Amino acid sequence: MSEYNYTAKDFKNDNEVRWCPGCGDYAIMNAVQRTMAELDVPHEKFAVISGIGCSSRFPYYMSTFGFHSIHGRATAIASGVKVANPELNVWVITGDGDALAIGGNHFIHLVRRNIDLNVILFNNKIYGLTKGQYSPTSNRGAITKTSPFGTIEDPFIPGLLVLGARGKFFARAVDSNVKHTQEVLELAARHKGTSVVEVLQNCVIFNDGIHDEITNPKYRAERQLFLEHEKPMIFGNDNEKGLVFENGRLKVVTIGEDGYTMEDILVHDSKNLDPTLHMALINMCLPDFPVAMGVVRNVEAPIYDEEMTKQIETVKKGSQFSKVADLLRAGNTWEVNDPAGIGPVPFFSKKCKINGK
Amino acid sequence: MKDAKVIELEEVTIRFSGDSGDGMQLTGTLFSDTSALFGNDISTFPDYPSEIRAPQGTVGGVSGFQVQLGKKHVNTPGDFAHVLIAMNPAAVKANARFMNPGGTIIFDADAFNDKNLEKAGFKTDDPFLECHLEDYSKIPVPVTSLTKECLKGYELDNKSVLRSKNMFTLGLVCWMFDRPLDYIEKYIQKKFKKKPVVVDSNLAVLHAGYNYGMNMQHMTPQYIVHPANIENGLYRNINGNQATAYGFLAAAEKAGLELFLGSYPITPATDILATLAERRDLGVKTFQAEDEIAGICSAIGAAFAGDLAVTSTSGPGFALKSEALGLSVMAELPLVVVNVQRGGPSTGLPTKTEQSDLLQTLYGRNGESPLVVLAASTPSDCFYYAYLASKIALERMVPVVLLTDGFLGNGSEPWRVPDMDELPAIEPKLAVNPDIFQAYARDPETYSREWAIPGRNGFQHLIGGLEKNTKGSVSHDPAIHSQNTIYRAEKVERVVEMLPELEVCGLESGDLLVVSWGGTFGHTLSAVREMSESGKAVSLAHFNFIKPLPKNTKEVFSRFKKIVVCELNMGQFAAYLRDRIPGFDYRQVNKVCGLPFTVVELKENFEKLLEE
Repeated sequence: MSEYNYTAKDFKNDNEVRWCPGCGDYAIMNAVQRTMAELDVPHEKFAVISGIGCSSRFPYYMSTFGFHSIHGRATAIASGVKVANPELNVWVITGDGDALAIGGNHFIHLVRRNIDLNVILFNNKIYGLTKGQYSPTSNRGAITKTSPFGTIEDPFIPGLLVLGARGKFFARAVDSNVKHTQEVLELAARHKGTSVVEVLQNCVIFNDGIHDEITNPKYRAERQLFLEHEKPMIFGNDNEKGLVFENGRLKVVTIGEDGYTMEDILVHDSKNLDPTLHMALINMCLPDFPVAMGVVRNVEAPIYDEEMTKQIETVKKGSQFSKVADLLRAGNTWEVNDPAGIGPVPFFSKKCKINGK
Repeated sequence: MKDAKVIELEEVTIRFSGDSGDGMQLTGTLFSDTSALFGNDISTFPDYPSEIRAPQGTVGGVSGFQVQLGKKHVNTPGDFAHVLIAMNPAAVKANARFMNPGGTIIFDADAFNDKNLEKAGFKTDDPFLECHLEDYSKIPVPVTSLTKECLKGYELDNKSVLRSKNMFTLGLVCWMFDRPLDYIEKYIQKKFKKKPVVVDSNLAVLHAGYNYGMNMQHMTPQYIVHPANIENGLYRNINGNQATAYGFLAAAEKAGLELFLGSYPITPATDILATLAERRDLGVKTFQAEDEIAGICSAIGAAFAGDLAVTSTSGPGFALKSEALGLSVMAELPLVVVNVQRGGPSTGLPTKTEQSDLLQTLYGRNGESPLVVLAASTPSDCFYYAYLASKIALERMVPVVLLTDGFLGNGSEPWRVPDMDELPAIEPKLAVNPDIFQAYARDPETYSREWAIPGRNGFQHLIGGLEKNTKGSVSHDPAIHSQNTIYRAEKVERVVEMLPELEVCGLESGDLLVVSWGGTFGHTLSAVREMSESGKAVSLAHFNFIKPLPKNTKEVFSRFKKIVVCELNMGQFAAYLRDRIPGFDYRQVNKVCGLPFTVVELKENFEKLLEE
């Protein structure tokens, strides 16, 4: 509980929520509202910025300051919000189409600059709002309204894109696992710099069950590896399996078999500056590997908005100009002072003269 | 020794021209600044190729800088040059058409060899005859060899020696126009402070050029242009892009806000970004975005978050910003967009001027998407229109587009530095009462909504691109959309109350009203002034306010027998006037050559119209 004694309810508003019944977005919104209540941030300092897509309706259901913008541009708009007003706690709500297709350029540059924003990327591998076209995260071969014979292109793996853009924070969560999502979101919110949380989200109408083989609670222990900083990378119904790093690659082993002991199991270091292992973890997929969940990478680096503020302070100290008038009057100037001349005339009261008129 | 031929002039135009690596822009700028300090009124026009270093010696690689100086108000950089400085044959070829009949051509005789003549595409060894410049006085000066000779004692490599050639020319021109060298000397000393040998060599060459002029008086004419008679006050030389940037700085300070510029480099607008990037000391946040779209989107975010938010661009970038500009119309945020227009369509003529983005600015968005459009008319008044654009945006919660162009942006003129008190106050429309605040509640007079900056409790609200009701909730109600469409249009129209009326330069009624807008002001004013002086009933109505149009526009138009609309496009403002102020026969003078009008061609057109 934060010093403000907020509950999730303080972040809801009266608007009727219009996502489809059963949509994963409900669970994610609950997790966000609970997370905001836990942070030591006054309500009026939150700003939620979204683009276009089902998930981008999110700000309508929040009682915070909100801006529902245009397709793909939430990251660029939020960048301006945070740089203009660094005291705000800014959240970007976006989807796989919004962030990785039409907004791909802004997304990677946001990550590269490391502006202190929290990005929640709702990944349902489909365009929902336009009723079922493939997205840049749809699996190769996905059959959709615009790929009736299957897609012939590879999808992005969002985490790899984040790390490729020199990302400092990346985490993954599942919509239906609200408790875990909330834990991850809280770490993301407390991270200084751009944090990206990919939430595997189910679209009940156009892509129902797309993440099922990963997210089905029945197989959760077998198919998801929950990463925690400084904890061993183990999974399985009895936590009997683990990851080791051999011959330059990850490998799944069973503890107690083939001579592997708990000592051999990798311990997660989310704060390692070297992204090599983080990339390998993000890249893991079924059936050979479990899918990595939780905070994969969480490293410190200079933050754009802070650097901006610092630079302004530093330059101000060394400058001869403290007011605009100082600047206007500096440099190569000369004085005209003709006794027969006319006095200064303010621009907006000047009159155009022809023939002594 | 024979006395020098002395020519006394009211106004004189000089064009410096050479390879884009010859330093002509610097030479021109230093000479212009010197003249401005001397007390002349000046107007400059850099005319350079879009390639940074086109092949040496070719016509495509010629870089020019034109300046007009005068003893009275100089409105244009001059149609045609009295004096051309040509550093090679290509410069002669590229500039022959810009020469004043009977003018003087000073050329580097050493550069007029077979190789360079061939590179410039001359077929004979008399480039002047080929360019029909027989009747001009041509003064060969061995600039290259004299520069080399002068720098013999210095331990400089050949490249550095050749790079100093422009200083010789500058010295010579300073003698011709009787300009003191002290300003240039100080500039060189400061610029190359860390390289004493460069300072010494440049100064030596500069003086050698000056002395050469003095010693060769028999062949070099000397021009005298007396100081101009202007308003008293402190002056500086300023170009349009710098003035635009300074206008925003002044507006932010007056409004008590921080200034945010989201922008992407694009010719010829980049200098606005560069000028403001230098001003961290005044708290400016410049954000060099990944593209034009992020430039405007970051600015929209900054406007939402409470800064004076600006984005700067040129035509192609403006096109990319269209969708986001529509968002700022819908979200009703204070945003200023500067479009430093260039020749189009597409990449077009990046370094050349044009006014062909007018209709794009007015109409180039989806939906009914009205916004305020202003246009600056001289390099220095970009300051005031940038200031006014900010004031309108902040007080009326509306996006404002400021149109300038390459000619204004790069051109410069002396500017009386205003006192900050001369500028009108700016009162942003900040939300005051959280108990009654609603995101889209409107002022009954201006129709503008309130600005509730995030961070203030009680003002939590949502804005966005979807149509909304007064509360800020999404609404597709037909009546609400219809009503809001009218509100957004009417909000823009009501800005007219903030604006001065349209002024007529010259007689209040007469035979011909010349109508122009934006950067053509200097040329249309000069043409009208010259015709009025010869007794013609010709007046000028120049527009700085495009949308909304000044209230009295129709009334002004009705006082003249004929109206001619002059613009550097195929008739965009004329089309707009036909739509907005119908009932008049709008004649047109149009030009799309990537160049400003000339006073001569305007007068010819007006004469013809008068005779009809």
